[in-house]
Amino acid sequence: MSMRAPASDLPLMFENVSLQAGATIILNSLSLTIAPGAPTLIVGPNGSGKTSLLRLCMGLATPTSGRISWGGRSDPAPTRRAFVFQRPVMLRRTAAANVSYALAQAGAPRSGRARRAADLLTRVGLADLASRPARLLSGGEQQRLALARALARDPEILLLDEPTANLDPAATRAVEEIVLSAAQSGIKIVMASHDLGQVRRLAGEVVFLARGALCERAATADFLDHPATSEARAFLRGDLVI
Amino acid sequence: MPDHLNALQLILSGDPTLVAIVRLSLGVSLAAVLLAAAIGMPLGALLALTRFPGRSVLVVLLNAMMGLPPVVVGLALYLLLSRSGPLGEFGILFTPTAMVVAQTVLILPIIAALTRQTIEDLWTEYRDELSAMNVGAVGRMTTLLWDARFSLLTALLAGFGRAAAEVGAVMIVGGNIDGFTRTMTTTVALETSKGNLPLAMGLGAILIVIVLAINAAAWGTRAWSQRLTG
Repeated sequence: MSMRAPASDLPLMFENVSLQAGATIILNSLSLTIAPGAPTLIVGPNGSGKTSLLRLCMGLATPTSGRISWGGRSDPAPTRRAFVFQRPVMLRRTAAANVSYALAQAGAPRSGRARRAADLLTRVGLADLASRPARLLSGGEQQRLALARALARDPEILLLDEPTANLDPAATRAVEEIVLSAAQSGIKIVMASHDLGQVRRLAGEVVFLARGALCERAATADFLDHPATSEARAFLRGDLVI
Repeated sequence: MPDHLNALQLILSGDPTLVAIVRLSLGVSLAAVLLAAAIGMPLGALLALTRFPGRSVLVVLLNAMMGLPPVVVGLALYLLLSRSGPLGEFGILFTPTAMVVAQTVLILPIIAALTRQTIEDLWTEYRDELSAMNVGAVGRMTTLLWDARFSLLTALLAGFGRAAAEVGAVMIVGGNIDGFTRTMTTTVALETSKGNLPLAMGLGAILIVIVLAINAAAWGTRAWSQRLTG
């Protein structure tokens, strides 16, 4: 084996990417470059295409037209990316076994798996629940376990689809703290949210979607305080953007 | 002594004829379940996870074969295994081996079809998560089979119940030979027609207890797995 580092998935580039389901246009000719750095938050009303954008980033969906590339390559296996779903699916095993499974799939050697799984559970504050069946954990605990599973992949890019949408404030804070510490450790965060408080707390930059199109992209403070487009102004006012 | 008390005495005294028959029946059905599981579970999982032309026809066919009449299975195997049949050279007709084969054929569709349904449902739930973890084809199959283990255990019990209770297939390919291929169900059929009711009633009672125990085990497994894995 050579000693060179695995090829980077960044920058992640969208060139005129469209996604259609039947006659419905979900994303419309989107061009976007996601570079290393502070978290990118995908913001927009429900149905604006946030989830689809993230699935395309992960490679879980393929564009109807246009081109996506990861670090210049057009079809790399998702070994350097991880995804946290809005409603994560827990394997029917213990919390620790869920993390070990993710480690195994990421190619971690068998010998160090149990210790690394324990470390990851500690990192997300679930060390005490390691032997609990994962599906019996609370929503917030499941979301943190999903984060531990994602971090087990040692990702370069961590994609999160509204991970706190169904959580209470305490659980939301726990998730945000894990996400922030991941960002500080150098993982590129790309996260969908329609919680403006969360956007302010987390984001380095905002990508604002409306009706499947990229409307606006700006540093967080600029976006929140001086939105440039009428759609963004309406969204920030709390109007329904249809 | 009335027949039912005679029957009870046969059971309680551990009558050697009765014990041998029960042991053979359970052995044959258990072997059939293990064989059918070894073939049917991977087959069902494969059918659940692949897409090809004609797949839905195959699924419908498999589901229909769950209701295969035992006598028809017995007849088909009889034709295959008889001296002049294509598999006659093995000389297994009228042996416990032939009975295992017959019951395997009978319950293979049950186990494969139930596995297919279970795995397909679980796959709908797991698809995104496993894709995001970059799990390959073999990994998907083993993960789904393992995570569906409690539901699949129920499928095995269903198969066992069917095998233990059927009479037509083992009667035809086993021949109901005294002390050799006589099972609980074939003995009940024969002894009843001969008017030897105590043995028939005793075996009938044992069969009912076994079927009850299997269903209790299936129920218990479900409840236990719910508590264990949510």
